[in-house]
Amino acid sequence: MTHPAPFRKGVADGLPFLIVMLPFGALFGVLGTEAGLALPQVMAFSALVIAGASQFTAIQLMEQGAPTLIVIASALAVNLRMAMYSAALVPHLGTAPGWQRAIGAYLLVDQTYALSQAAFEARPAWSTGDRMAYFAGTALPVFPGWVGGTLAGAVLGARVPATWPLDFVLPLAFLALIGPMLRRPPHMVAAFVSVVAALGLVWVPWNLGLILAAMLAMAAGAEVERRMA
Amino acid sequence: MNGYPVWAIIAALGAATYLVRYAFLGLVGDRPLPPWVMRHLRYTGVAVLPGLVAPLVLWPDATGGAPDAARLVAAAVALGVGMWRRDVIQAALAGALALWAVGAVV
Repeated sequence: MTHPAPFRKGVADGLPFLIVMLPFGALFGVLGTEAGLALPQVMAFSALVIAGASQFTAIQLMEQGAPTLIVIASALAVNLRMAMYSAALVPHLGTAPGWQRAIGAYLLVDQTYALSQAAFEARPAWSTGDRMAYFAGTALPVFPGWVGGTLAGAVLGARVPATWPLDFVLPLAFLALIGPMLRRPPHMVAAFVSVVAALGLVWVPWNLGLILAAMLAMAAGAEVERRMA
Repeated sequence: MNGYPVWAIIAALGAATYLVRYAFLGLVGDRPLPPWVMRHLRYTGVAVLPGLVAPLVLWPDATGGAPDAARLVAAAVALGVGMWRRDVIQAALAGALALWAVGAVV
């Protein structure tokens, strides 16, 4: 490791996320097992897809009896936001070696993105190597936390009392990321447009309403920034 | 899950999701992006996540889509603490605590 300090900072910043990733993963383990998936299937979902919201969507649609292609397309639409994260990291990580970007793409999730974006903006002096080391550091606790949480949930699932509002772990995991992002007026306007547009576009099939809402919100944030400049 | 090619679904979703993640980081690489694109990309997180959670908070599946006091309070607390403390973990814990507390009272 040629960038020990940023890597250690990434691990330190990612470590507390176990408090979020473990219950989030456990929720998927519980619901996946209850839906009738075998343990290896539940684990493969979390290790290969690594995207909680889309995994829940896939399970839900299978329980509703949707056609296979619709299951895949709808779950994938939830993940299109990752393309936006991927683009947002290009200015910071784009000059890293190809193999590092290939591995980084695999570990690009909401939590590693949110931590990295904030850290890169706060530390413009970091080199690309420093930034990649930080990103890898955040993934070190976050990824095993997600997969380990899934395993715990799948194995212990039946013992979770039915009265626990476990379903709310998913919105809570995302809500907690939003507050610290609302730094300036353009961020707040973008978030507001995102909520209004997403609620207004819930009728759009295949979860594509969220992608449309996100594009409108990005345009709103960018426009407010341009006018404030 | 009977009748579904579950392994094929996992493989397809995993591969396609990877390509989505790789799309820009892997293919655009070190080519510089125009300033107006950069200006939009700065708002990615705040443009995606609020829209993702809003329906889940207002119309939770667990209550059959009816708004629920405990979940609404918990969402407001998580968001408020996150803005105030600028800390994801404190926000998550405060939201979970609020969910438990309001659920115990109501």
